[in-house]
Amino acid sequence: MTTSATHGYRPSATLPIRAEIRRQASRRRTQLALGFMILLPLIVLLAFEFGGGSNDNDRRGAEAFGSLVDLATSGGLNFALFCLAVSAGFLLVVVVALFCGDTVASEASWGSLRYLLAAPVPRVRLLGVKLVVALAYSLFALVLLAGAALLLGTVRYGWAPLSSTVAAQIPAGQGVLRLLGILGYLAVTLLVVAGLAFLLSVLTDAALGAVGGAVLLWILSSILDQITALGGLRDILPTHYSQAWLGLLSTPAQTDDVVKGAISAVVYAAVFWALAFWRFTRKDITS
Amino acid sequence: MPALPARLRRVLPRVTRRRILAASAVVLLLAVVVGVAVWPDRPAWTSTDARITVRTGPDDTDRVDLSTRFYLPRDRSGKVPAILLAHGFGGTMDSVRDDAEDLAARGYAVLTWTAQGFGTSTGQIHLDSPDWEVKDAQRLLDWLAARPEVRTDADGDPRVGVIGGSYGGALALLLAAQDRRVDAIVPMITWNDLARSFLPQSADVAATGVFKKSWAGLFFGSTAAGPDPAGGNPACGRLAADVCSAYLATATSGTADDVALRLFRRSSPAAVLDRISAPTLLVQGEVDTLFPLSEADANARGIAATGTPVRVAWYTGGHDGGDGPQTDQDRIHFLIDQWFGHYLKGTGAAPADSFTYSRVAGFSALDRGLVTNAYSRPAYPGLTGTGSAAVAVRGPAQEIASPPNGNPGALSSLPGISSGLSGLLDGATRDVPGQFAAYQSAPLTAAVDVAGAPVIRLRAASATGTATLFVKLYDVGPDGAATLSSGLVAPVRLTGLPSDLGDAQPVTVTLPAIVRRLDAGHTVRIVVATSDQAYFAPARPATYTVAVEPRVTLPTVVGTPIADPQTVWRYVLAAVVAAILLGLLVTLLVRGRRLRRREHRALPEYADTPLVVRGLRKAYADGFVAVEEIGFTVERGQVVGLLGPNGAGKTTTLRVLMGLTMPTAGDALVFGHRLEPGSPVLSRVGALVEGPGFLPHLSGYENLRAYWRATGRPESDARFAEALEIAGLGDSVHRRTKNYSHGMRQRLAIAQAMLGMPELLVLDEPTDGLDPPQIAEMRRVLRRYATDGRAVLVSSHLLAEVEQTCTHAVVVNKGRIVASGPVEEIVGESPSVTIEVSDVPEASRVLSGLDVRSVTPEGPSSLVVDMNGTPRADVVASLVRAGVGVDRVVPRRRLEDAFLALVGDNSRGSGDR
Repeated sequence: MTTSATHGYRPSATLPIRAEIRRQASRRRTQLALGFMILLPLIVLLAFEFGGGSNDNDRRGAEAFGSLVDLATSGGLNFALFCLAVSAGFLLVVVVALFCGDTVASEASWGSLRYLLAAPVPRVRLLGVKLVVALAYSLFALVLLAGAALLLGTVRYGWAPLSSTVAAQIPAGQGVLRLLGILGYLAVTLLVVAGLAFLLSVLTDAALGAVGGAVLLWILSSILDQITALGGLRDILPTHYSQAWLGLLSTPAQTDDVVKGAISAVVYAAVFWALAFWRFTRKDITS
Repeated sequence: MPALPARLRRVLPRVTRRRILAASAVVLLLAVVVGVAVWPDRPAWTSTDARITVRTGPDDTDRVDLSTRFYLPRDRSGKVPAILLAHGFGGTMDSVRDDAEDLAARGYAVLTWTAQGFGTSTGQIHLDSPDWEVKDAQRLLDWLAARPEVRTDADGDPRVGVIGGSYGGALALLLAAQDRRVDAIVPMITWNDLARSFLPQSADVAATGVFKKSWAGLFFGSTAAGPDPAGGNPACGRLAADVCSAYLATATSGTADDVALRLFRRSSPAAVLDRISAPTLLVQGEVDTLFPLSEADANARGIAATGTPVRVAWYTGGHDGGDGPQTDQDRIHFLIDQWFGHYLKGTGAAPADSFTYSRVAGFSALDRGLVTNAYSRPAYPGLTGTGSAAVAVRGPAQEIASPPNGNPGALSSLPGISSGLSGLLDGATRDVPGQFAAYQSAPLTAAVDVAGAPVIRLRAASATGTATLFVKLYDVGPDGAATLSSGLVAPVRLTGLPSDLGDAQPVTVTLPAIVRRLDAGHTVRIVVATSDQAYFAPARPATYTVAVEPRVTLPTVVGTPIADPQTVWRYVLAAVVAAILLGLLVTLLVRGRRLRRREHRALPEYADTPLVVRGLRKAYADGFVAVEEIGFTVERGQVVGLLGPNGAGKTTTLRVLMGLTMPTAGDALVFGHRLEPGSPVLSRVGALVEGPGFLPHLSGYENLRAYWRATGRPESDARFAEALEIAGLGDSVHRRTKNYSHGMRQRLAIAQAMLGMPELLVLDEPTDGLDPPQIAEMRRVLRRYATDGRAVLVSSHLLAEVEQTCTHAVVVNKGRIVASGPVEEIVGESPSVTIEVSDVPEASRVLSGLDVRSVTPEGPSSLVVDMNGTPRADVVASLVRAGVGVDRVVPRRRLEDAFLALVGDNSRGSGDR
């Protein structure tokens, strides 16, 4: 096959994953976001060490999951679980939105996007590499948070079975598996944020707009989910199953909502990403 | 449509056909979703209310007026089987409306009624008396048999099932025993022996049990709220006199006399179970301190003894626990549907007599309700399990105090105010110090799946000869939290006790049946307490001595987990993921094929031409046309200037050349290959379009490296040294680009465009921001670059720039080419000179005599003369000869002249292009 390209150029070799990882790694916001993943467990730990004792010990069974905080200091696994629980609602959403929403939009705002495309990095490849690297960073942040929390918690509170108020203690070995399961589920639900942020990143040149827009829509969906009057419509909200990972704490683990949540997340993410690719391969780059 | 105010139009997005279509699609989709969600379902049934007067009572002489509602399935072919649906104590036919509608929708004629003594029905409450309530129901069977819609087995014998919970469940049993026309029954959470239910005795002794005062009070007391319309005893409300006096006597003494016992037994299915021939599905709640699992167990054994098919199902709910989790409700609904389906409709195979039950698994993460797992066994194991585990508990014989009137008393359950299931797990239990003896086991080494009634043996001594005790089994977690499963306690009343424990004979105590997994590491604690707030207590204080024998027998059942219908979602998930992956694969394959085909589609005649632009047109979605029609060619060795005023369409053209923008029509060919976004041939083009674009946090050098890495080409091809030399940034190349001046960035961008020495270099306003020496240097660089067969395309609005840098020029205005060709040619088209003279009118006169095309005065002392080929020396000589002083003769060879001549003086474009 004759090629139209210059010597040494292969479309599939453009923008290697490693090059994109380095592009992102050199950025301050990447370093800050990842650093905060380690800092957060430390802050929580210090708060537990120097903060006053909690007075609200009269929690009822219906709020059994609220008592995760009471159990947080019972061992490394519980500490890691607590750190994940407090970050799942907002912090992780922001971090994932940052990694996925900023990636294309920031290149557009710097003007470097057009040079990448003229290099030429094929559009599908550019988007694919950007997405894979953004997802890898998001996953890394998640693992970093859990790992740092597990390490700090174990050093300070020891290696103990995973406790919860609703089910029997889970032996530490199995507890690690549960924690991994929870991490996996969180990663899957965050795909919705990743998809939305990535789509917005493609649609706009303003990185802030993509990140903020994704977080905003996520919060909006969470609020709508609180309105029970919406009935069955709530089931199709992307955030409806975001708490289902709590089911993995019971014995035997409840996976029904986890599975439904995974379906919802995967479908949403696939739709968002398909739209992003569809749009990006057809749009005029005007930045 | 009237024109929108201009200001509004500027704010609103431009209305285009595509946007209208997209918006309509979104609105339509939303409307459909909302519509489906809120559209009311057309009920699948019809209902009619009627008052039916029945002759009832021991002699069939009393007339009672019952309010009834009859449901029929809307779509039915022929006659349908009927179901008599009875309500619970204190309810009316409205309390079973949902169930009635559900059954009617499943194809049954459903008759609900308000039992006598309740609601708007007349009569009095006789506690499911065979002479009253059961007879009422028999009359309702007569009524059903006469309905034309109802299927009959014989004249006057409807095909009918009876279903009900609690009070209605007992009615189903008693009716089936009294009337053989009943074809199937489903008694739920109901009693076997009312005397035992209200006076339970858990020890194997003859003495009557302990009065269950709080449930009894709720049961009977709820009827006193509405006074008897006939104006009877206000203490009795609508209770029949004999029922009322039996209750009052029992509640006063704490024991039942023979009259009361006879009355309770009359209202109990226990004595008549052998007469039941209708297949029976018994549903009992595991969280029920009023009618515990042992009541259904007794019913099951009694009915099965005569060979009647019996099936038992337990669910996590009951009088304390409510309807239970959705999975349990679904299972029970399925069982009922199957039961009636076979025995009434004749559809489906005969249901197996397998036993199903559920166990609490934890909380639901989403709605905070309980989650249970269901299990099945091939046969009903009773309350003794299919196996058993013995656990040793230790503790000394202890003296415990029974307080006067049972106050303060231990707390185990809260009849009637249970707020669902979750409260029961958290252990709203309390034992009063000094009033209980505890016996604890060692931590369990393995989990025990308890399903059934645990058994212990204890000895007790009392100075008074009697003792009222409450035996409980706690599940104690490693953290010390003790849970009393479902709040169930075993009341024990012992008589004839010795005063010394040494003389006491052990009695066997059967604790209430529970379904619970005792996890490994948990301990079992047996507590013997003297009081319980839910039960009657002796008025006099006493002290007992109790000792529990070490062995606790726990019945175990290992059931097969019932496949949760929710597991289907796992396959859905797998299918969704597979579909997405498949879609991705297909898309990639199709794309790959298309790309390969495109690669072959080259035009050989242009294979050696760096750039050919043909009939290029670009119109934006909002209708703005940036490029009307542009076509030109860049040959090897040329430096071509794309010249035009701002907004002429230069940048849009270059964007198309970079594959950033799709042209509306026409194309651009680079070495014969059509340019499309991402065309591999772009790798032979270096570009600077619309200013530099760098990663601000990287240094200039790192930026160039990062860019080159992104091209994926070998590093040796980049020729960084040459590019850096062209950039001429010195040491600044290692500073971050965000600190660069505009000119530095511009030079770095040109260097980036030149990386790898591409065969075609496209530069948009390259001298923007450069100072004059740098501009001069850049000109030399570009001229030199275009040797060795390379070509350069430079866009500029600076005319001098193009004139001095380029070999060829393409002049664009308003999206169209106005001229193109070698710079000299374009410049040469202007044959005029400017002559400054001392006397303009005289000069004009002289010049008009010469062979020139035109003479135009320009200002007070100058003339523009179109020479028409006349040598300038002749003109000057003629003027001087005529005495006109000539100050200056300036040849108008500047491109500016040509440019203005070509595009006119209106250099304002039609907009930002």
